[in-house]
Amino acid sequence: MRPILLIDFGSTYTKLTAVDCDVPCILGRAQAATTVTTDISEGLENALDLLAAQTGGIEYSVRLACSSAAGGLRMVACGLVPELTAKAAQYAAFGAGAKVIKTFAYELTAEDAREIAGIAPDILLLVGGTDGGNSEVVRKNAAVIAAIPGSFPVVYAGNRTAKAECMDVLSASSHPAYAAPNVMPSFGKLDVAPAQQIIRDIFLKRIVLAKGLSRFQGVLDGILMPTPSAVLRALTLLSEGLPGKPGIGELVAVDLGGATTDVYSIASGLPNDSSTMLRGLREPYVKRTVEGDIGMRYGALGVLEEAGMAELCAVSGLAAEKVETLLHALRQNPSHLPQNPDEEALDFALATLAIRAGLLRHAGTVEQVYTLVGAVYQQVGKDLRNVQRVLLTGGALTSRSDCDGVMCRAVAVQDPSVLIPRAFTVTVDRDYILSAMGLLADMEPDAAFALLYHHFGKEEHHGT
Amino acid sequence: MMDENKKTLVMGVIGADVHAVGNQILSYAFREAGFNVINLGVMVSQEEYIQAAIETAADCICVSSLYGHGELDCQGFREKCDEAGLKDIPLYIGGNIVVGKQPFEEVERRFRAMGFNRVFGPGTPPEVTIAALKEDLLGEGHAPDPAD
Repeated sequence: MRPILLIDFGSTYTKLTAVDCDVPCILGRAQAATTVTTDISEGLENALDLLAAQTGGIEYSVRLACSSAAGGLRMVACGLVPELTAKAAQYAAFGAGAKVIKTFAYELTAEDAREIAGIAPDILLLVGGTDGGNSEVVRKNAAVIAAIPGSFPVVYAGNRTAKAECMDVLSASSHPAYAAPNVMPSFGKLDVAPAQQIIRDIFLKRIVLAKGLSRFQGVLDGILMPTPSAVLRALTLLSEGLPGKPGIGELVAVDLGGATTDVYSIASGLPNDSSTMLRGLREPYVKRTVEGDIGMRYGALGVLEEAGMAELCAVSGLAAEKVETLLHALRQNPSHLPQNPDEEALDFALATLAIRAGLLRHAGTVEQVYTLVGAVYQQVGKDLRNVQRVLLTGGALTSRSDCDGVMCRAVAVQDPSVLIPRAFTVTVDRDYILSAMGLLADMEPDAAFALLYHHFGKEEHHGT
Repeated sequence: MMDENKKTLVMGVIGADVHAVGNQILSYAFREAGFNVINLGVMVSQEEYIQAAIETAADCICVSSLYGHGELDCQGFREKCDEAGLKDIPLYIGGNIVVGKQPFEEVERRFRAMGFNRVFGPGTPPEVTIAALKEDLLGEGHAPDPAD
């Protein structure tokens, strides 16, 4: 037996998964409330006791952890043009598992600087200009950032020409400065992986320490990454497979939480016919977006704002006053679980419309344009209509028995211009293994892939 | 990657125009003539030229239009450049830029009034535009006037 303990410090629960990498199999799972305000190891000890009750005493050879506790990895991104380098910075941060609190474009103003000081991000990502392109704005922004009080680290991944100067200015400030290759080295071309690696290194070295998560560093073999980054790793492994072991191919995944909704796509999303042209930035193959205002509880009002009362009523089958009363009650008591059919119906509608909002913002759109040679189509973003696998995770979904119905209703959008998945099979992360397998993926790729494939490889449900 | 010692051009075919061949030829010719070329291809909006020019610190924007609607597509382009901080960036336009056959002097006057620095009529060989670019951006020689 080669037992490994995988730990996910969530904002609410500390979740444990014990795996035997020899078989491979899951030995047991347990969770206990996260204790971030006192000592995070208390919650871990409680969860370990619960796990030991299932598995008996096990001496783990390795313990690995990911964390989204204490707000997760909070980042600010600063770029030049909103649609170009500022967007590239956002992709880089999201893909590194961060929560992007705010993205700034063009020259930072004094007001922006005050706002950044107020946000006090865990990391600030500064980019701007292609290599050899605009260096004036990123230089000015480096100077503005250097003057912001605080000690948050700054990652510079902008125009190569301005790198030395910006690093000098930043290094002389109260902010530790790190340099990465440009996120957009030439026009329209993204290179976000190196910057993401640096963000992850900083997360390991500094953030974990700063958030008081590393008091038991001796016990753990380290908190490896933010939880979304672990999920992204697991999804990529499941999609792409290993040499000689094909994965399940292109997929879309939704992680629906109480406050936020994460959407992942492992898919090229390129236009699938010759009359469609791709406009704007070519998005990363492995893409993650986060809707910070869309969720089942804290994010319920965001769902209302996005979908509108009429749609919330239509999907839930409830009257507007009823919806308002129930939403008000949820605001008062965010940990409330449905106790009657009306509350069930509202939760169904919230889940459906939160997923819809997340997918609509993640996926691309297509527009028909008339030209002298006839109609042509212009696509912006990713076309996910032909993605055939959808994975659902997150507490709000894994406990539901009607995820298939939720998902089918979520994509029932009449508008033909939206490029969300249309015909797919739905698989639910019932055993909550995605983040655990992402943690395991580096050290034991074969075991991680075998367990992922066992859970998600077979197609359980049939969607629309 | 862009060569930092070379001047940078942003080019493309504006509006709902899908003429792709001339765009490719020009892009090749400009590159061979020693410029960094950011070619946005066909069906490019004013905003896309401007965004690309900001990010790459372009020295000139070269707009092509082959389908006759160039005059409509180019309305307000200079003002948008000013608004975006691309003050005084040279704007070139070339191709079949107006509807029907009109005297070129008249067409050139109208486009210059819209803020275009150089206006090239139908059938202009790439060398003419390249000579103009070299004169305007590098101060080399004297470009033949396309109206001649």
